[in-house]
Amino acid sequence: MITIKGLTKKFDDLEVLKGIDLEVEKGKVVVVIGPSGSGKTTLLRCINILETPTSGSITISNSQLDFSKTVPKKRISAFRSLTGMVFQSYNLFPHKTALENVMEGPVIVKKESSANASRKAEQLLSKVGLGDKLHYYPFQLSGGQQQRVGIARALAMEPKVMLFDEPTSALDPELVGDVLKAMKDLASEGMTMVVVSHEMRFAREAADEVIFMDRGIIIERGAPEQIFSTPKEERTQQFLQMIQ
Amino acid sequence: MKTVLMQISLKIGLVKMYLNSIFTNPERLERLTNIAESSLLPLLKGAIFYTIPLTLISFALGLTLAILTALARLSGIKPLEIIARIYVSAIRGTPLLVQLFIIFYGLPTVGITIDPFPSAVIGFSLNVGAYASEIIRAAIQSIPKGQWEAGYSIGMNYQQALKRIILPQASRVSIPPLSNTFISLVKDTSLASMILVTEMFRKAQEIAATNYEFLLLYTQAALIYWVICFILSIVQGRIERRLDRYVSK
Ligand SMILES: Nc1ncnc2c1ncn2[C@@H]1O[C@H](COP(=O)(O)OP(=O)(O)O)[C@@H](O)[C@H]1O
Ligand SMILES: [Mg+2]
Repeated sequence: MITIKGLTKKFDDLEVLKGIDLEVEKGKVVVVIGPSGSGKTTLLRCINILETPTSGSITISNSQLDFSKTVPKKRISAFRSLTGMVFQSYNLFPHKTALENVMEGPVIVKKESSANASRKAEQLLSKVGLGDKLHYYPFQLSGGQQQRVGIARALAMEPKVMLFDEPTSALDPELVGDVLKAMKDLASEGMTMVVVSHEMRFAREAADEVIFMDRGIIIERGAPEQIFSTPKEERTQQFLQMIQ
Repeated sequence: MKTVLMQISLKIGLVKMYLNSIFTNPERLERLTNIAESSLLPLLKGAIFYTIPLTLISFALGLTLAILTALARLSGIKPLEIIARIYVSAIRGTPLLVQLFIIFYGLPTVGITIDPFPSAVIGFSLNVGAYASEIIRAAIQSIPKGQWEAGYSIGMNYQQALKRIILPQASRVSIPPLSNTFISLVKDTSLASMILVTEMFRKAQEIAATNYEFLLLYTQAALIYWVICFILSIVQGRIERRLDRYVSK
């Protein structure tokens, strides 16, 4: 579903991604872990083309973008619509209700009728457990509820891949569970997902593969049990000790 | 020091005499009441047919110009940025009255003759455009980058994100300073009297020139400006409350 080859990203002189190769099969869940500043967010933002990679290529489904050439804007927005992004700080639209947040993409970008979009948005919000909060504004929702609206908003565009950037790290511990449950449900429905998260339990229960990143490269990858219990690389061991 | 104090007390004395002359002299009082009554309608007409339309038209055009200027400033396209900067700097760096004189009395010299009212509209629109563009630019910049990105991430292009996500939020931030601009504009339209627009203040001047009751007529005009601005500040409060509905108190 996703194939990333030789992906690099430089900010001026700072090389944040130093040649990432990654493959994610359809329906698989990959969890990315690694120290702060190792380039995890940048990797997701490159897949969503919120950052333009410096070189390398990304293929999703059958569309390929090769960043050694300049990529036309039209292709970027088409490519972006293949992925849905869930942000660490939710980034909900504060001037729109939960329902309107979810309807916005389908109505404005896909030009769906608002009756249709509204029905679909209601279903999605019910699915993430917010069927009774349709007309609440973000400020009236808890962080966990806001993040679930964020998930529904991304799903409304029917992406092929969902990207999550530390979706629970801004949440109070008691609110984490509902968000992780929504994500697990999604995984069990067969959604292809790339999740940056240090939630071990989620990784153990839902991930097909765990990737450890440090300083812009993938150091080690494997099944969750293997990475967490018997990491091969010293840097992975050190990092896991630090967060446990 | 002493002479200044003496001058002041002398002036207070004159004011007292003026007021005395009104209230102890029934004929004088009646004359003033009559003039006030008969000039009210012409003044209101000046307000309704000139002051208010001039304000509304100039503000609408100015606001459009302001949004375009703000977007040019933020476009990242150097020539556009420079043009926008020069425009804002020139308008803010020169007196409004001088600008109006250039348009109305100056341009005919090079063969461009514009009627008083359109001249005033051009002058005031250019002014609002420059001042409000700074307000709008600051408001747009105050919206977190994550809002743009959230828009892009659900497939929006620049225009869609701007129109649906950024401007609605920026408008909430900019309503209080834009209201100030609007209220200033109401008062600034009195300068149009200098380029022969028969708005309210010019009407007051014309009437006062026939009966010499300057204090009465200018005070009357001032009160009408005040009433208009007072009503506007109430409207402003309502709009702010409406736009605040999605913000936690
Ligand atoms: N827009 C940017 N401009 C310059 N440097 C950036 C930018 N975004 C991220 N970086 C740098 O890239 C590195 C990786 O950041 P990030 O991808 O956010 O790491 P992580 O998500 O793993 O904590 C950091 O050193 C960060 O300072
Ligand atoms: Mg990060």
